[in-house]
Amino acid sequence: MSDEARGPEVITQEEIERHHQRLLREAEAAGYHLNPDVDFARLLARGLLINARRHGYQACPCRLSTGVPAEDRDIVCPCDYRDDDLDEHGVCYCGLYVSGAVARGEQEACSIPERRMPADQRRQGTAAASPDESEVPAVRALPHPVWRCQVCGYLCARTRPPEICPICRAGRERFERFM
Amino acid sequence: MTQYTKVPGRDAGRVVLFALSTCPWCHKTKALLDSMAVAYEFIDVDRASGEVREEAISAVRVWNPSLSFPVLVIGGTKAIIGLREAEIREALEA
Repeated sequence: MSDEARGPEVITQEEIERHHQRLLREAEAAGYHLNPDVDFARLLARGLLINARRHGYQACPCRLSTGVPAEDRDIVCPCDYRDDDLDEHGVCYCGLYVSGAVARGEQEACSIPERRMPADQRRQGTAAASPDESEVPAVRALPHPVWRCQVCGYLCARTRPPEICPICRAGRERFERFM
Repeated sequence: MTQYTKVPGRDAGRVVLFALSTCPWCHKTKALLDSMAVAYEFIDVDRASGEVREEAISAVRVWNPSLSFPVLVIGGTKAIIGLREAEIREALEA
């Protein structure tokens, strides 16, 4: 049997179009824009669906995912790097999301450099980024902890992070303790 | 198991493309090489497993520690990271 014939890799055109429509709806509702090149965006929608079948989550189609959730968490779409790449390049790493200027056709989407650190440096970075709140007296006095969405920067003060980020729809596991 | 796929064409030395099957930039890079009619081989690393996958990852890291795709290795001496059309044309056009 050829690789092409393997079950998880077969995604119908209808599934791709439906997923693309959903991504489009959710992006616009949250103030983001999808790549106006529909064929390109649909290839990415297909890649996301393939990764969802392979791993159970929509890892970035343009990055090598491992299938280990803890190692891939930062590249589950929308990835932790989207907003910085939109600000700097007008396009996210895979090209699914674009800035307003690219969406309006004033700027072209192109292949951009990888912002994500290599695996060995990434783990150190994550550990160092978690503040030890016991060292900050003012933080101990807060009536609620403050949580930050690592995807879009949304902050909220409550006992636990929300199940789904109300801004970008990232899951609870994407939140970090901010204060 | 996914192995390297050979695409016939004009000889421009050993040209190896490390790609991901789910990535449109990698699709575009293959289409560019096809349009230039250059002989090359490629591997979709996301579909490879076991030793073949590990060897491909090691080969990519030599050129590109951040392990991003596509990586086009030309003659074992030069690598072009990402879809850089002008650079690819310059390196491979007869």
